[in-house]
Amino acid sequence: MDVSTFLIQLLNSLQYGLLLFLVASGLTLIFGIMGIINLAHGSFYMMGAYMAFSLTALSGNFLVAVLVGVALSVLIGFLLEWALFSRLYKRDHLDQVLLTYGLILIFEELRSLLVGDDVHGVPIPELLSASIQLSETLSYPVYRLFMSAVCILLAIVMYWLIRYTRLGMMIRAGSSNREMVQALGINIDLIYRIVFGLGVTLAAFAGMLAAPVSSVYPGMGNQVLIICFVVVVIGGVGSVWGALVAALLIGLTDTFGKVIAPDYAGLAVYVLMAAVLLWRPEGIFRRI
Amino acid sequence: MEQGFNRRRFLLSTAGIAGGLALPGTPLFAQSANKIRVGLMLPYTGTYASLGNAITNGFKLAVEQGGGKLGGREIEYFTVDDESDAAKAPENANKLIKRDNVDVLIGTVHSGVALAMTRVARETKTLLIVPNAGADEITGPLCSPNIFRTSFSAWQPAYAMGQVMAEKKHKNVVTLSWKYSFGEQSVAGFKEAFEKAGGKVVKEMYLPFPNVEFQPYLTEIAALKPDAVFVFFAGGGAVKFVKDYDAAGLKKTIPLYGSGFLTDGTLEAQGDSAEGILTTLHYADGLDIAKDKAFRTAYAMAYKMQPDVYSVQGYDAAQLFAAGLAGVGGDVTKREALIAAMEKATIDSPRGRFTLSKAHNPVQDIYLRKVEAKQNKVITVAAKALADPARGCRM
Repeated sequence: MDVSTFLIQLLNSLQYGLLLFLVASGLTLIFGIMGIINLAHGSFYMMGAYMAFSLTALSGNFLVAVLVGVALSVLIGFLLEWALFSRLYKRDHLDQVLLTYGLILIFEELRSLLVGDDVHGVPIPELLSASIQLSETLSYPVYRLFMSAVCILLAIVMYWLIRYTRLGMMIRAGSSNREMVQALGINIDLIYRIVFGLGVTLAAFAGMLAAPVSSVYPGMGNQVLIICFVVVVIGGVGSVWGALVAALLIGLTDTFGKVIAPDYAGLAVYVLMAAVLLWRPEGIFRRI
Repeated sequence: MEQGFNRRRFLLSTAGIAGGLALPGTPLFAQSANKIRVGLMLPYTGTYASLGNAITNGFKLAVEQGGGKLGGREIEYFTVDDESDAAKAPENANKLIKRDNVDVLIGTVHSGVALAMTRVARETKTLLIVPNAGADEITGPLCSPNIFRTSFSAWQPAYAMGQVMAEKKHKNVVTLSWKYSFGEQSVAGFKEAFEKAGGKVVKEMYLPFPNVEFQPYLTEIAALKPDAVFVFFAGGGAVKFVKDYDAAGLKKTIPLYGSGFLTDGTLEAQGDSAEGILTTLHYADGLDIAKDKAFRTAYAMAYKMQPDVYSVQGYDAAQLFAAGLAGVGGDVTKREALIAAMEKATIDSPRGRFTLSKAHNPVQDIYLRKVEAKQNKVITVAAKALADPARGCRM
């Protein structure tokens, strides 16, 4: 592998890792802070992608579709938390798994009824449709770079939100001791609702952002779900910072695994997970 | 849900025609009072739901065109949703065979499920017609007198493409596919023909199924600079691959070829990225075949949508079974004569007439198609009457 190919592969891994981070960050928030195992996380990702498809077709504008989609996702997140998840905080993980698995089935069926089972594409917005020539045969779509930039921006915003704002302080407090926070007069139910809504929105937003490059198809959520859990486990449950590091590590391992040992590419990520767990059973970072 | 609605709408819209046809006819064959029991084991939910529906529609269209009968006998359907789940396949197949006592089993789309069905059919000696799954084994090592296929083997379209690409003077080719049996069989078929004709596969690349992170492979291809690329992908993966290949700027310099599934049922989503791509398959748009035109009109009238290669395969499954029944006057108990009649049949398919090989796989023309204005337009016949080598079949 020459230097330029190596650098391009590095760019590929960075770009893949950042997108993984965006999808997984919502999962780590919900899992780490609220203690809910949310198997339906992949379905929210799929929901986002399908929203991007339907709303772009309706409005003719990708940006409008994303804005409306985000608003809808927040709403759906709040609604689900209020109707279903708020009843699960004190139950054990098995009940949560049962509910969220049921949600996967419901979301798949709804998708089938509303949009059908065909594969769809979402056009890349005009403004970002150019590409940059990297080598004589290979060019890189600007939209992919834009995606990476958005992911980095969101990582910074999330870090700031949780570390330096009053809301972030309450979230962190709530995750370590729910009762104590309640006793101090903080409306913990509202905090949880916000966190859950944020988690759903992050997943859906990732789906929308990825839709133009990944296309939109049935079962797409289940594909990202497993890798998201790997990100969360490697990074440390509940740690946004950990999720970022883990996602980038996975991006590197996956990309170079495919290049160096293509026959074992499917295994590489899980070998990484096993190694990290042996070294630090709680994940690379612990807590926010 | 969709399924029931379609069937009802179909019956409503064709009841008049079918009734009209049935009235004056005197029975051609001695009929027993019992209906023939047809077991449809196809995916009606999940990723392949639309394929399962297309096959069912095609099969039922052939039956309705025969006045609701096949070979003079009335038909009763038993349906099981196989969910494309190989783990449930033996149980599902046994449900139809043992509980519903079907005379013929039709299925399925997913190769893993079809392989399990093939094993059950071999054990129970049930007549099985496979209307899609392309795993080479079904008409290879697992072949059996009671097992038929009306679609294709993975080897067929890929082998034809190997010849086409060699004729186009491509010397060095890179292949890319998912690492599972259908993908590997496609690449093997391609490689066999291409290297026989003097070409060279410089690198075979595989990615784990159903991974769609293609960027590292595209970077590899750009660095290797082959004359052309041959791939096998289908469905959502095919859409993403074709778009990524175009976005990476590779389409301009390194032409992309594939088995027909790369651009079948996916063109709407692929948009301009697919324009001009050459693929090989046993069906195409714009075939100059009278039977195809009649089929397309009838299908569109009945279901208010356009047929695809899957509907053709379902239609031919019914035609093949009808040919067998005609040979025995509708008496399914004459098993050996029924099978002999099916083996000898020439199926007047919308794809063009075909016969069956010794291993019961279609001996058929494979078309070279080019994507033009969101259609897979036929260019020429890439391989005339191509028969699968049926390696490992002792029959």
